[in-house]
Order: sequence, then C-alpha cells, then structure tokens
Amino acid sequence: MIALIGVLGVPLIASALLAVIADYRLSARLNGVMSFIAFVAATLLFWRRPANGDFLLVDDLNVVFIVLSTFVGFTTSVFSASYIGHELETGRLTPAYLRFYHAMFQVMMFGMNLALISNNIGLMWVAVELATLSTVMMVGIYRTHEALEAAWKYFILGSVGIALALFGTILVYLAARAAIGGGLDGMAWTVLVAHARGFDPALLDIAFVFLLIGYGTKVGLAPMHAWLPDAHAEGPTPISAVLSGLLLNVALYALLRFKILLAACPGGIAPGPLMIALGLVSLLFASVMLYRRRDIKRMFAYSSIEHMGIIVFAFGMAGPLGNFAGLLQMVMHSLTKSAIFFSVGHVAQVKGTQRIAEMGGLTESHPLLGWSLVGGVAAITGLPPFGVFTSEFLVISSTFAREPLLALVLVLGLLLALGALLMRVTTIAFGPVRGPAGPAHASYLPMFAHLALVLTAGVYLPKPLVVWFQHIAVLLG
Amino acid sequence: MHTISFDVAKILAGSLVLTSFLMIYQVRLLALLNMLGIHAFILALAVAWQAHVQGAAELYITAVITLIFKSALIPAALRRIVVRFGLHREIENVASLGLVMLAGVALVALSLEVMLPVTAQADPLTRTDIALALSVVLLGLLMMVTRRNAVSQVAAFLSLENGIDLAAAGAQGMPLVVEISIAFSVLVAFLVIGVFLFRIRERFDTVDMYALDAFRGDRK
Repeated sequence: MIALIGVLGVPLIASALLAVIADYRLSARLNGVMSFIAFVAATLLFWRRPANGDFLLVDDLNVVFIVLSTFVGFTTSVFSASYIGHELETGRLTPAYLRFYHAMFQVMMFGMNLALISNNIGLMWVAVELATLSTVMMVGIYRTHEALEAAWKYFILGSVGIALALFGTILVYLAARAAIGGGLDGMAWTVLVAHARGFDPALLDIAFVFLLIGYGTKVGLAPMHAWLPDAHAEGPTPISAVLSGLLLNVALYALLRFKILLAACPGGIAPGPLMIALGLVSLLFASVMLYRRRDIKRMFAYSSIEHMGIIVFAFGMAGPLGNFAGLLQMVMHSLTKSAIFFSVGHVAQVKGTQRIAEMGGLTESHPLLGWSLVGGVAAITGLPPFGVFTSEFLVISSTFAREPLLALVLVLGLLLALGALLMRVTTIAFGPVRGPAGPAHASYLPMFAHLALVLTAGVYLPKPLVVWFQHIAVLLG
Repeated sequence: MHTISFDVAKILAGSLVLTSFLMIYQVRLLALLNMLGIHAFILALAVAWQAHVQGAAELYITAVITLIFKSALIPAALRRIVVRFGLHREIENVASLGLVMLAGVALVALSLEVMLPVTAQADPLTRTDIALALSVVLLGLLMMVTRRNAVSQVAAFLSLENGIDLAAAGAQGMPLVVEISIAFSVLVAFLVIGVFLFRIRERFDTVDMYALDAFRGDRK
C-alpha cells in the first residue's frame, strides 16, 4: 500500500507543490527528492505487492517497467536541475514557465506510472493520454516557432493515434462481453486474460489492428513516427530523455498487454508477423534516415525509432528467447538513450546550437562530456562490452535460428545505423575544436550511473535478473 | 429485430455519417464549424437514445456533456478564433472534392464490410452503432489528411472523436464511458487552446503561413 502511495501519490502531490513554489532552486531540488521517493517506493514493489484490485494491478511484467520508469525519472530530474539553471541564465526559460515545467514533469510521471500499474484498459488509456498531453505542453515550452509547430504535430498525430487506440479498446470490450458480461470486470486485465479463451476472435483481431496502429504511433513505429523527431529536437532535453527512455516504453507496454490477450485467445490472428513487419520497416527506415541528419537531437531521435523497431521486432518473434531479448533491449535502450540525451543536452548548451556541423573536438575541449557521449554512442550502436551488444546479439542469434532471412535484414539495419552514428560522433568528438569552448556546468552523475549500469549488464547479468526476465518472457508467450 | 428503438438508433447513427459527409465538402471555415456543431448535436441525441434504450442513466450525463461542450462551447470558441484572425472569408483548397467524396463512400463501404460480419453475434443495436461509428472515424481521418488549415484539422479531429463516442455509447454496459468522454473533452479544450496559441504565435512571428498573409491582406 505504501508502495502504491509512493508511486502514484507522490508525483501528484509533487506536481501540486511544484506548481506553487516560485524559487527554481528549491523546486528543482524538490523535483529530484520526490522522484527519488517514487523510485524507492517502486523498488519496494519487488518485495511487497498489494493485492490486485479493480483498477490497480502489480505483476511480474509491470514491476520491471515501473522500476525502470521511476529510476530514469529520478536521474532525469537530477540532470534537469543543472540543465534548467543554464536555460534560465540564457533566458530561454522564465521562472514562470519553469514552475509550469516542473509541475508538468510530475504530472507526466504520474500518468506513466498510472498507465503501467492500471488493471483497467480504459484507465490505462486515460493515463497514456494524460502523459501525452503533459509532454505536448512541455515540447512547446520554448514558444519558438519550431517548438510550437513540433508540439502541434505531436499533438495531432498523438491524438489520432490515441483515438484509434480507444476505438480498439472499445472493440476489445465488445469481444469480451459475451464471455464475461458487462461492467468493470470486462475491462480488467486479470479477468480478461483469464477468460480470453471464450472471446470472439474475429472482433479481437480487428481490435488488435486498431491498437497496434494507435499505440504504435506512440511507440514511434514507422510510418506513424513523424511526430517523434520534431518533439525530441524542439523540446527541452530532459523531456527528450524521458520521451525516448520512458514514454515510448509505456505505449509498448500497452501493446504487449494486448498481445498477451490475443495470444490467449485461440482462433485469433498471430500478432507476431504484424509486429515483425512494423519493426523491420522502422529499423530500416530510421537507419537510412540517420545519414541525412544535421541536428544532433534529431539524429538520436531517429536512433530511438530504430531501437523501438528492434524491440518490437524481437517481441514479434516472441518465444522465450525473443521476448527475453526484447525485454533486455528495451531496458538497455532506455538507460543508454537517456544517458546520451543527458550529455547531448549539455553539449548543445555549451555550443549554443544543435547543429552537428558547428560542433567538433569535444573530447579535447570538454573531455568528460565528450568521452561520455562517445561511450553512449558506442553503447547504443551495440558495440561490446556494453549491454546493448548482449541484447542485440540475442535478438540476432534467436532470429537466425528461426528465420535466417529476416536476421539478414536485421543485421543490415544495425550496420547502417552503426555507420551513420559513428560517422557523426567522430566529427563531434574528435578533430579540431569547433564552436564555443566555454566551461560546462554539467551534472555527470546521472549519465555515468546509466552508462555504468549498461556496462555492468554487458559484462555480467545478475542471476536473479536473468531468472526474472526469463519468467516474464514465458508469460509473454 | 426491427423494433422502433433499433430504427431510431440507426437513423441517428446514419445521420451522423451523413453529417460527416456534409463536413467534408465545406470549404468555408464558418460553415464547417456550423456543421461540426450539428454533428455533435446528433451525437448527443444518439447517446441520449442509447441511454434510454439501455436504461443506463450515466449515459445521459455523457449526452449532456456532449451537448454543452462539443456542440456549443467548442464550436463557439473555434468560431471566435476564426473571426478574430479574419479567416472567415478564406476558402480552403481541398484537392478534388469529388475524389475525396468517392473515397469517403469507399471508406463507409469498407467499414460496413469489415464490422458487420465480425459483430454477427452482438446485439443488433450495438452492431449498427459500431459499424457506423467506424465510418465516422474513418471519414474524420480522411478529412484530416485533406485539410491544411489548423482549425479545419481540429474540426476534423472532433468529428473523428464523435465517432468514438458513438462506439463507446453503443458498447452496452461499458463502464468509464462518462469518464472517457470527459477526458476527451479535456483533450479537445487543450486542442482549442493549442490552436489559439498557435495562431497568436503566427501573428507575432510573421512568416510564410498563408493564413496569416490573408489576415494581413484583409487589414492593410
């Protein structure tokens, strides 16, 4: 119970408090403290689980998501504290907007935690919508022309996606009604999965198509990805970090839940091929697009599309090994990509621009920042010894065993992305120093913590974690 | 099962599809917004009828919310924005209306073809509602991709949303319908504010947006 209050109540209280506190130093600190409390509360869920109710559900699957999301939320709040100090100095943000920003940050955390923890398909939809709206507001916070346009695009595409997801949700309820009857039971995950055998398969199939397109838009799958690069590039960098690291995962989580439901219903279509196709299209498309990027944040946004493609592909391949690989890849991507955005945020502040052409020699002018960016890129491209290597290796090897041709396409996409990212990062990190070389007021702890975790996972995965993930992989079917 | 309740529900849902078609070929913004108000009004009637037939009291609340927010307040707010920015004289270029209308007809046929067979076991009342609701959703999407003006995109999105509300009302006994409807209204309010801010921004930041050029041309 305490854990639930911590995960859901603390962000709510924090957002109310942060909306009224005027002093930005205090509110940045409070933001960090509250996020830390939520993280501690989330880890408590490992040991003490509340009973599942009509609305809330804690099981093996969502605990991983909740802990990951509160952890990245906490580290991002630490990064954000040093990031916004600089934004205030340069006048890009005013104290009033900052108050709004902090309050919205916690509303977003609340929305994401609620989506992950809800036992009701309708409640989950509302929570995803809440998280979406709060990020829309934050993407547009700089009030520049580009920022407003990005927010508008995100808003329209996200709303259409989420509207289609609601239609899918209604269809799921209709498919379940014959077997369960009306009322709250007909919308609870626990009840739905238990009775999935008796659902109308044809209706469930159509529902899944709507859900895949709807929530898939929020996952950033091509060809519904158009909002993602703009939203990442024009918003504040802490928001780019949580968008890539967390919000995409939340939408993915919703998809996985519905996939379990479909798998439990005999006679329904196999969700695998659909997810494999969308995943591969996203991977290849994003890998090719990476070559033409001139904006550093936009580039890493495309890299997120690429990785979501790999993850959805892995879950589409399914089986214990595919699901395990997908899960690991998802955790590794969240940690690595948010670490990259932490360092990119400081780099862009130091250089005063996001254009790659105006950056250079970063390892010379800012060794810590430069090398952590190099480390992050090495990790995200799947070079050993980082954790992404392990998970991508698992995805590829498990695919080779079953569908060698698909594995070739997968490898092609990964190599393309590797080439593009390495090419860009060498111009940014090495060579002659370009752009301003002033001191960086950076908080290195969050990115080092993330990279250290990713490195550890690459060298040694603790046994309990492996067992846990294997267990979930079996659950996912 | 051809009772009067079924017929009325079908007529109301059918009128909603018809109004969607009427919206598609409105090239003037104010006319489009009037149609949007009528669209939401028909939805409110349809929801109220479902409430009556199903004996579900909470659906009446949804109907009232729909009536107040969607058919009155939101179109009024959008109308104000349009008039204030002088967009009411503008005629929007919708590429080849005839083709768009044909595509719309095809979409309606598609949604009936897809939904009617799979909902064969469902209640006939639910069945037509869901099939026609999908048509409204698809027509809304069609309208969104054929329009470039932010206000008409919002109007198109609102009509899409009305389709989803119709589906939610038709799914008998679905809890949280009222809550979901309210959540949608909040979303819509955000949208309107979004449009408002967007346009304001355009006013100060004189760029190549054609809508703004029209505004300035009118004044000076």
